[in-house]
Amino acid sequence: MKLFGYRVPMMASLIVWCAIWELVGRSGALFLIPPLSDVLVAAVALVQTGTWQAAAITTLNSFLVGMALAILVGVAIGVLMGRSVAADNLLGIWVNIFVSAPLSALVPVLMILFGMGETTVVVTVFLFAVWIIVLDTRAGIQGVPPSLIEMGRSYGASRFALYFRIILLSALPEILAGIRLGVIRGVKGVVIGQLLVSILGYGELFELYSRNFDMENFWALTIILFAAAMLLSGLIESLEKRVDYYAGVR
Amino acid sequence: MRNITAQATAAATRLAGSDVAVEVRGISKLYSEVEALRAIDLDFPRGKLTTLLGPSGCGKTTLLKIIAGLIPATAGEIRVNGQVVTGPGPERAFVFQDFALMPWATVMRNVAFGLELKGMGRDERQAIAAKYIAEVGLTGFESKYPHELSGGMRQRVGLARAFAVNADVLLLDEPFSAVDEQNRRKFQEDLLSLVEKEKKTFIFVTHSIEEAVYCSDRIVILSRRPGRISQIIEPEIDRSASPDAIRRDQSYLDTVEEIWQGLKRYVD
Amino acid sequence: MSLPLHVKGSPRALPSTEASFLWRKLSEHRTALWRTASIGLFFLVWEIAGRVPISFAFPTFLETLRAFLTMLFNGAFVAAYAQTLQPLVIGIAISAVVGVGVGIVMGLSRFAEWLVAPVFIVLQAAPMAALIPLITFVYGIGLMAKTLAVIMLALPVIALNGYKAVRNANPSLVAMCVSFQGTRWQRITKIIIPDASPVIFAGLRLGLAAGFIGVILAELLITPTGIGDLITYHRSVADYPEMYAAVVSIILVSTLTLAALEAFELRVLRPEKRRT
Repeated sequence: MKLFGYRVPMMASLIVWCAIWELVGRSGALFLIPPLSDVLVAAVALVQTGTWQAAAITTLNSFLVGMALAILVGVAIGVLMGRSVAADNLLGIWVNIFVSAPLSALVPVLMILFGMGETTVVVTVFLFAVWIIVLDTRAGIQGVPPSLIEMGRSYGASRFALYFRIILLSALPEILAGIRLGVIRGVKGVVIGQLLVSILGYGELFELYSRNFDMENFWALTIILFAAAMLLSGLIESLEKRVDYYAGVR
Repeated sequence: MRNITAQATAAATRLAGSDVAVEVRGISKLYSEVEALRAIDLDFPRGKLTTLLGPSGCGKTTLLKIIAGLIPATAGEIRVNGQVVTGPGPERAFVFQDFALMPWATVMRNVAFGLELKGMGRDERQAIAAKYIAEVGLTGFESKYPHELSGGMRQRVGLARAFAVNADVLLLDEPFSAVDEQNRRKFQEDLLSLVEKEKKTFIFVTHSIEEAVYCSDRIVILSRRPGRISQIIEPEIDRSASPDAIRRDQSYLDTVEEIWQGLKRYVD
Repeated sequence: MSLPLHVKGSPRALPSTEASFLWRKLSEHRTALWRTASIGLFFLVWEIAGRVPISFAFPTFLETLRAFLTMLFNGAFVAAYAQTLQPLVIGIAISAVVGVGVGIVMGLSRFAEWLVAPVFIVLQAAPMAALIPLITFVYGIGLMAKTLAVIMLALPVIALNGYKAVRNANPSLVAMCVSFQGTRWQRITKIIIPDASPVIFAGLRLGLAAGFIGVILAELLITPTGIGDLITYHRSVADYPEMYAAVVSIILVSTLTLAALEAFELRVLRPEKRRT
């Protein structure tokens, strides 16, 4: 987008939307949209409270544990499916079903299996994130050029070296892409899990503020959450760009 | 073979007296910082096949797309049949390097597409398309989709589409570069008989010296960036001979060698 | 698997040709066989885990299947889906029309892209579910609130796919259309939209998947109705087989719908991927 000959960065239009938000809020037309400036003030105050900090730590903790499990298990299953036809055939359908199934329906089941606690949220994050990581890893492994593997063999690479120095590195762009998508899904998972369990971390605060019609704090929570989600996916995207140079030339 | 060196006789790029289909006058092209073409002056004789040949990045495709009106020049003008070019026009038709076939359309619809855009009725345009499908040797494939055809056959569809709009000038951008070697040879031979039959002006971009010498009445060699005319060669080869005889012809081989010696210094 | 030619016709060859015939038949149906094996294995593991049992709240596969069939034939599912599908269908229809429209406009106009695309990028990456409590007290607990939940989750992905599809329309085809003096309108209707339609359609599929998540979430969070009610009710009275059957049914319904859409996409929109 060019304006008066200058390139305007795309995300700059968000400023326009923020201004519109502020105006709508100031006009008081919709009680559920307070002015953005009030929300930001609330956000600054909010992050200093012990309640928010405790909730954020609980949330982050569930998210990180769930994601770590999802990445470990997801990459392992993806490699297995990429290298073994039998595993691919046996697991393929289920991975494809769960990657697009409404997993929110499974959360009530998790609640009775794992209790109304953090474990349920961790498992929710894991279930939301793991399938896309499996699928992308599998695609990356299957995309490793056979000549690269034959090259490794012909120079006498051990099985270990073959996997860790050639196959996994060659599939890294796809694996990272899978992890980025997994992170986005994981964030949604942690929110959905906590909302349904509703006595934990962020979910509890969301319940609290929306029930008390405390719109400033509600939106402050949302903005912090959205910003964290964008930051996280941006972080992995920049990591992806660093290996992007060889994604096209393998 | 007639060898005309541009620097020696700048006027030679302009054809005195003979019938000119396309005139290129002072064309330059700048891509932000990069100078792709510098002050090109060139005439393309009517009814002949002229090849633009040069190392990759010499701007030959850029020049062809400027003639087609697909990209604007930074300076200079193009005239086709005396008319200044401001954009694509009905007197020119383009054949694309990557075929540019619509994957959702059959061979018939692809070939008739130029006519469809002009608003010609279905039966009329299909009759014309059928004629050119036959001419490029694809009869029986009318209802196939591009993905069901080989690379060579796909480019025949692209060629038939260009013929169907009945343009005076056909612009071919490395039409055989995505076609395998055997099919390319057969296709080159067919192209020559089509040139003979259709009596149109062909401007042909290639990076293959053999292809240029084999097909062309006139070869314009461009230097490396910024693209300028470094040499114009008119191979004098007896086209009435069989294709295989031409490829063994001494004059053909000498011309190939001559061009290679000239281009060698551009190779890194 | 090919047999040496000279064996053909001799009596001894009979069993071996028969074997090869069987083998051929088998490999023809190999995917189907693998699929059956895969599904069978999953159910077997489920059954064993249920019989151990790994948890008091983990019914066996057969118990769940029995509950599933009962609910299928006693009308419980029919009544539940009649309710659940309402906000889903309305929400997806609205999202499809608005999303595809906005997506195409964003793809065609640089200004619209600059103004609107970032919003959808944020909305797609962000956990929109957080806003569901908000809808509840504005639009109450009725159909409207649930439809909005579906739209919130489905619209961004549909709009973004439409935008990307149009923006990435094959430049070579666009140049081809220009070279044959196609008008801007012809360029959009004859090249860009047909070229973009497979990706737009894939976006609708992703939107539907998101919509299923949205409708379930709405039914669990806002008020239990439809399939969400089946899940919540059977959970509260500890009818675990029935509860699991309800969960399985929604996953099954969504999977089958998505698979049907994918099959349609392959048949109609992508001739180049069709197997002939």
